[in-house]
Amino acid sequence: MEWLDNFWAVYSNVVLSLGTNVLLALSIYLTLSCGMLAMANAAFMGIGAYTAALLSTHFDAPFALVLAAGMAAPALVALLMGAPTLRLSGVYLAMATLAFGEVVRIAVINSEDLTGGALGLNGIPQLTQWWTMLLALAGTLALLWRLRRARLGRAFEAIKEDETAAGLMGINVSATKLIAFTLGAAIAGLAGALNAHLTFFIGPGEFGFDRGVEILTMAVLGGIQNLLGPTLGALIVTLLPEALRSLRDYRLAVNGMILVLIVLFLPRGLVDPQALRAAWARLTQRKRAG
Amino acid sequence: MLSQQLFNALALGCVYAVFALGFTLVFGVLGVVNLSHGAVFMVGAYCALIAVNQLGLGLPAALLLAFACAGALGLCIDVLVLRPLRARNAPHLIPMIATIGVGIVLSSLAQGLFGAANQRFDADALPGQSLSFMGLDMTALELGIIASSFGLMALLLLALQRTQLGRALRAIAESPRAAALLGIPVERLFRMTSFVASGLGGLAGTLIGLYSNALYPLMGQPILHKGIAVIILGGMGDIRGAMLAGLFLGFAEVLSVAYIGSTMRDAVAFGLLFLVLLLRPKGLFGSTQERKV
Amino acid sequence: MLELHAVSKNFGGLQVLQDVNLRVPAGGIFGLIGPNGAGKTTVFNLITGLLQPSAGSIRFEGQSLLARKTHQITQAGIARTFQNIRVFKGMTLQDNVVAGMHAHLHYGSAAWLLALPAFRQQERWARARALELLSWVGLAARAQELADNLSYGEQRRLELARALATQPRLLLLDEPVAGMNSTEKTALMQEILAIRARGFTVLMIEHDMRFVMGLCEHIAVLNFGRIICQGTPEQVRQDPQVIEAYLGRDDADAADTVTDAAATLPGTATTAAADALAPAPGGSA
Repeated sequence: MEWLDNFWAVYSNVVLSLGTNVLLALSIYLTLSCGMLAMANAAFMGIGAYTAALLSTHFDAPFALVLAAGMAAPALVALLMGAPTLRLSGVYLAMATLAFGEVVRIAVINSEDLTGGALGLNGIPQLTQWWTMLLALAGTLALLWRLRRARLGRAFEAIKEDETAAGLMGINVSATKLIAFTLGAAIAGLAGALNAHLTFFIGPGEFGFDRGVEILTMAVLGGIQNLLGPTLGALIVTLLPEALRSLRDYRLAVNGMILVLIVLFLPRGLVDPQALRAAWARLTQRKRAG
Repeated sequence: MLSQQLFNALALGCVYAVFALGFTLVFGVLGVVNLSHGAVFMVGAYCALIAVNQLGLGLPAALLLAFACAGALGLCIDVLVLRPLRARNAPHLIPMIATIGVGIVLSSLAQGLFGAANQRFDADALPGQSLSFMGLDMTALELGIIASSFGLMALLLLALQRTQLGRALRAIAESPRAAALLGIPVERLFRMTSFVASGLGGLAGTLIGLYSNALYPLMGQPILHKGIAVIILGGMGDIRGAMLAGLFLGFAEVLSVAYIGSTMRDAVAFGLLFLVLLLRPKGLFGSTQERKV
Repeated sequence: MLELHAVSKNFGGLQVLQDVNLRVPAGGIFGLIGPNGAGKTTVFNLITGLLQPSAGSIRFEGQSLLARKTHQITQAGIARTFQNIRVFKGMTLQDNVVAGMHAHLHYGSAAWLLALPAFRQQERWARARALELLSWVGLAARAQELADNLSYGEQRRLELARALATQPRLLLLDEPVAGMNSTEKTALMQEILAIRARGFTVLMIEHDMRFVMGLCEHIAVLNFGRIICQGTPEQVRQDPQVIEAYLGRDDADAADTVTDAAATLPGTATTAAADALAPAPGGSA
C-alpha cells in the first residue's frame, strides 16, 4: 500500500483538518437544528483547545482525559452563560454570541501567564492520529444520527419550526435549547482539542471571528436539513483552497462570497432533500410524458 | 488628569455614536442587522485617505467624499443583496448572514488593494493646533470631531422628528406594510436610508482614521463589535438610545483605561453588553418596539 | 374544572381584560364569544401561560396556573390550538402529532442512543397513536405528507389532532372553523362532539354563531375586556347587551325589533336572530 503511505505523507494534515471542520460544522448544525444561530462555537473550540493543550503540556495527562476535559470545559461555560443568553432570540442571540466570542478572545490575550497571550501556546504533543479523528467523527455522527430519531431530536425540530407551539406540546423549550447549546459547545471543544494536538501550536487568532464565519459558511453552504449537509459543507470549504491554489490566499474572501451567493441563490444549502426530490419527480415525470 | 480624558472620551464616544447611528437606522427602518457596516466604515476611511494623500484635497472635501463613497457602497449592497432578500420575505437572520459575507469580501478586497500595514494621513493635512478652554487642553481635531458629530446627530434627530421624511421613516420602522398602504414609497426610502446610514458609517471611519491616524483593512472589525454592543445597550432601533449609548461607551472605555489599564479596554464594551442583556434586555436607554411584520 | 377569578390584563396603559370571571365545568363544550378585539385570544394566552395576568387568579382542577411555564401547563392537562394555525410545516402529519406526545414518552438517553427495546416500543406506540388521532380528524391517509402541503382547513384539523396527542383534559380551540366551508364545518362539528363523548372538555372561541349555538352548552360573551353575559345559548341570544355589542348602539331600535321578534316567535325567529348575529362571510380578522 505504498501509494496510501505516500498519500498520507502529503495529505495527512488536510484530511485531519477536514475532520476538525466536519466536527465544527456538526456543532453549529446542532444549534441551528434547534432554531438558534449561535456564533460562539469558535470560542468554544478555543476553550476546548486551550484546556486540552494546557493539560497535556503541563500535566502530561493521557489523551483520553485531555479530550474529555476539552469537551467538558466549553460545555460548562455554555451551561453557565447559556441560561441567560438563550432567552434572546434571532439576531439578538447571534450578536450576543458573537460578542461572547470576542470576550473570550480578549480574555485569552490578556491572560499571558496561563495561555501565552497573543503569542499562543507552543509545543503541544502531536497526539492526534487518524484513528482518533475517525473515532471522534464516527462517535459524533452516530450520536447526532440517533438524536434525530429520538424525542429530543423531535423537540429540537419542533422548537425550530415554532417555539411557542413547541412549548404547548409539553416541551421544556429553555431546557431543550440549553441542551443543544451545551452539546454543540462540547463537540466544538472536541474539535479544538483534537486540532490543538495536530498543529503543535495554537494562538488566539485561530478562534476568533474568522473561524466563526468559516464554521457558519460550512453549515450554510451544505444546508442543515440532515447530517450530510454540514459534512459536505465542511468538505468543500476545507478542500476548495487546496484544489484551487490561487484561492488559498483569498480564503476569507471566498468564504464571504460563498455566504452571499448561497444566501441569495440556494438558501437551503446544497443538500436539500426536498428540492432534490422535487427535481427528481419533475425529471421522471418528463421521462414518462416524453 | 481626569478632566483631560474628558475630551478623549467625548471624541471617542461621538465617533461610536455616529457609527451606531448608521447601524441603528438600517436596523430600525430596514429591519436588518447590517454586519457589513464595519467594512463600509473602513471604506470611508480609505476614501478620505486617498482624497487627502493622493488627490490633495482638504479635510472637508475628504469628509464629503468619504460620505458619498460609503453611501454609494451601502446603496449597492442594498440593491444587490438586501433587496432580493426583501422580495422573498426572508427571515431576519438571512440578510444578516449575507452582510457578514459582504463585509468579509470588502475587507479582503481592501487588503488586496492597500496591503495589511497601517496607512497614515499626510501630516500636514491634519489640524495640529491645540486649544485651551477653561483650563483644559484639547486638540483642534478632537474639537472638530465633537462638533461635527453633535452637528450630525442634531441634524438627524431634527430630520426624523420634524420633517415629513422623518415621519415616513418612522412609519416604515413601525410597519413597512402599513406604510406602503399609506402611499409611502417604501423601496425608495429603503435605498435612501441605506445610502445615508452607510455614509454616516464612512464618516465615522474617517473621523477615527484621523483621530488614530492608523488605517488598516480590518479596522472595521473592532468597531463593528462595539457597534453591536452600543445598539443593544441603547435599545435596538432607538436612535436617541444609540447616540447616548455611544457616548456612554466612549466614557466607559476611557475611564476603564485610566483606572484599570488599557489591555481590557475592548472587553469593557462586551462586559457591559452582557450585563445589559442579562439584566435589562431592552437596553439602558431605550425601550424596544417589536417590529410588526 | 377551569376557573378564572377577577382576571385582569393590561399592556402598559392599555386595559385588555377587566375583572373576567369564568367557570368552565368539566365534560362539556363551553363557548367564548365576542366581537373582534374583545380580548378572547388574550384569555387563552393567559390560561396557557404565554402571558401572565396583571391581577386575578386562574385555577385548573384546583391548582393555580399562575407563574407556571407553558410546558408545565400543557403537562397539567391543557392543550390549545391557534387562531393563525401553527402546525410544524416542515414535518409530516404523523411527526406533528408525535411531537405532541413529547411529555408522555419516557425513555432515557441510553435508550435512544443504543436503540434499546424501551425506546423502540414507545416510539412504535407513539406512531400508532398518532395514526389513530389522525383518523379521528380524517387525515390518517395522508400521514406521511408534509404539513405544509395541506389546505387551510386540513391544517386546522391537524392542529386538533396534535393538541389531542398531548393527552389533555381541557381542550382550548381558538376559532376552529375560521376559513372553512360549510361541509368542513359540519364535519368538524361532528368531530368535536365525538371528542366530547370521549371525555374531553372543550373551551372554544368562535365567531360563527351557528356553530357556537349548535355545539355549546354554556356560552360567555366578552366585550371590551369584560364578560357581559354568561349562560345557555338561549339566554345569550336574547340578552340585550349581547345584541347591542354585536349590532352596535346606533342600531338600538333594530336591536329592539330583533329581541321582540325573538320573544314572540320561537323557532324560526330565534334562528333569524342567530343569523343576524353571525358576521359577514370572511369577516373575522
